[in-house]
Amino acid sequence: MTRGLGWETTYQPMDKVFPYDRYEGIKIHDWDKWEDPFRLTMDAYWKYQGEKEKKLYAVIEAFAQNNGQLGVSDARYLNALKLFIQGVTPLEYYAHRGFTHPGRHFSGEGARVAAQMQAIDELRHFQTETHALSHYNKYFNGMHNSNQWFDRVWYLSVPKSFFEDALTAGPFEFLTSISFAFEYVLTNLLFVPFMSGAAHNGDLSTVTFGFSAQSDEARHMTLGLECIKFMLEQDPANVPIVQGWIDKWFWRGYRVLTLVAMMQDYMLPKRVMSWKEAWEMYGEASGGALFKDLARYGIREPKGWQQAIKEKDHISHQAWNVFYNYCGAAAMHTWVPTDEELDWLSQKYPDSFDRLYRPRLLHYREQQQQGKRFHNATLPMLCTICQVPMTSTEPDDPTKICFRESDYLGDKYHFCSDGCKDVFDGEPKKYIQSWLPVHQIYQGNCFKADVDPTAEGFNPLAAVLDWYGIEQGKDNGEFEGSVDQKNFADWSGREAPAGEPAPLPATRT
Amino acid sequence: MTLRTLAPYDFPAKDVVGNFPAPLLYLCWEDHNLFCSPVCIPAAPDTPFAALAEAILPGIYGAHPDFARIDWSAVEWFKSGQPWQPDPGATLAGNGLKHKDVLRFRTPGLQGLQGSFS
Repeated sequence: MTRGLGWETTYQPMDKVFPYDRYEGIKIHDWDKWEDPFRLTMDAYWKYQGEKEKKLYAVIEAFAQNNGQLGVSDARYLNALKLFIQGVTPLEYYAHRGFTHPGRHFSGEGARVAAQMQAIDELRHFQTETHALSHYNKYFNGMHNSNQWFDRVWYLSVPKSFFEDALTAGPFEFLTSISFAFEYVLTNLLFVPFMSGAAHNGDLSTVTFGFSAQSDEARHMTLGLECIKFMLEQDPANVPIVQGWIDKWFWRGYRVLTLVAMMQDYMLPKRVMSWKEAWEMYGEASGGALFKDLARYGIREPKGWQQAIKEKDHISHQAWNVFYNYCGAAAMHTWVPTDEELDWLSQKYPDSFDRLYRPRLLHYREQQQQGKRFHNATLPMLCTICQVPMTSTEPDDPTKICFRESDYLGDKYHFCSDGCKDVFDGEPKKYIQSWLPVHQIYQGNCFKADVDPTAEGFNPLAAVLDWYGIEQGKDNGEFEGSVDQKNFADWSGREAPAGEPAPLPATRT
Repeated sequence: MTLRTLAPYDFPAKDVVGNFPAPLLYLCWEDHNLFCSPVCIPAAPDTPFAALAEAILPGIYGAHPDFARIDWSAVEWFKSGQPWQPDPGATLAGNGLKHKDVLRFRTPGLQGLQGSFS
């Protein structure tokens, strides 16, 4: 459908008009072999999207008029939405920016048009997610400053650095990283937990956003698969380049999904499925079939695939512990799950939970009951690539933190895994520029301009939170006793069952 | 997979030692994953190594019930994963510690809450 929308330029040579589509080494001999993934005229596209918008905004309006925010399972669920608006929604905007670049710079008009249409879809997602969640922002904390938090706050550098790595790559790598690895291979591991989580927890606003995005996502998946097949079919020399990108971007995308794993195992009062189950279904089964299919091109499964399988019993619990340790500096709450929830976790993770993770959660509960709720007061070591605190363990020993390092031009760099180390070693010039939140705090770059760290009584955490724009005592900290908890209980007339410590026994033995 | 660029590409490393008030040191207490990850602290090079156990580590790890039980004479140290013998009388620099070095210490017999490595 897009054939004939482009032309061979005569006013300037083609490679001056399109300077970006050869430097990555990908060889395209015949752009006419590109099959349009979106078989829509612009006017059909506007029509379908317009119809979806009418429905979406009608539902959001009804949700608001009906005080839908009081219909969620309990106030802890809101923290899943905080994670979403802070860490996922900004990525939609980055995707919008990201697709506009290949939307200009592929010399094939079919690929340009597809990228342009996706760029519009992604801006739409940024807008519709913001609207769907804005209603909650009127009533609850942890959502009011998400765009600034995305640029500054420590845990949000995980999604931010991921996407900036893609944005600063060339157009073919960008499509491999986002269209293929993220929007095809990994998409269900992001979308299903949040959208099913919303459905199971009474969140009509997010559910309706999910429905309105589904047909967009179906198109995006088609683009992802088309771009990968197109590159692989155009020239055998493309295969090793694409394989390298698949290895890098599966790993980077998977590490970002650590946050989703934690969300679905810990933040949904009405749980849908465990991370382990989701990974087995959407990762191992679907992904396994996909890579079998791609084998005919000479593509194998991504390098980190087996490690992701080994880690499926662990990453969600390890990630929750990061946020439990550091929620004093986060724009969301954490808590110890109820006994019923601990039992669900035992049942879903029979090989790991009771042995490695339940004891510390019970210890946390005990400490909280004694008024000594644990907070980690020392900044964590971060992985230079994925920027997650170094909580990952050795693939074959989940009791031991995994350390990897590289030396480059006289300096040491540290990583959580072989996968992240490989990314660094492949392109060190890029990653020595990583803006690591912990290091930036120590460099003094995370205070407002008028702050004097040498002044009497200087409180570095308070100063950093101020620079972050996180409101101490409202956005951060323990859920139990939070403003959100109290307000939800007062307004809905329902007590949040969660986080309430079990009473101490009447007598101690 | 070397970085492919359209033009010369050389940008300064963000985390060179000169950008910090003191060289960074990463510390990890093995088998105590209640602390979700190793920590990162700026540590002046003239800090006596003994100050780690006496003044610095208690502030970081003191909340754990195992900390009071540590037998410091039995602690095993590792630098970049290799067994390492610190000289407690020397400074961090005197012990050869450099910017962004990573130290791990193992406390034999202490493996966290009910032996759960937390």
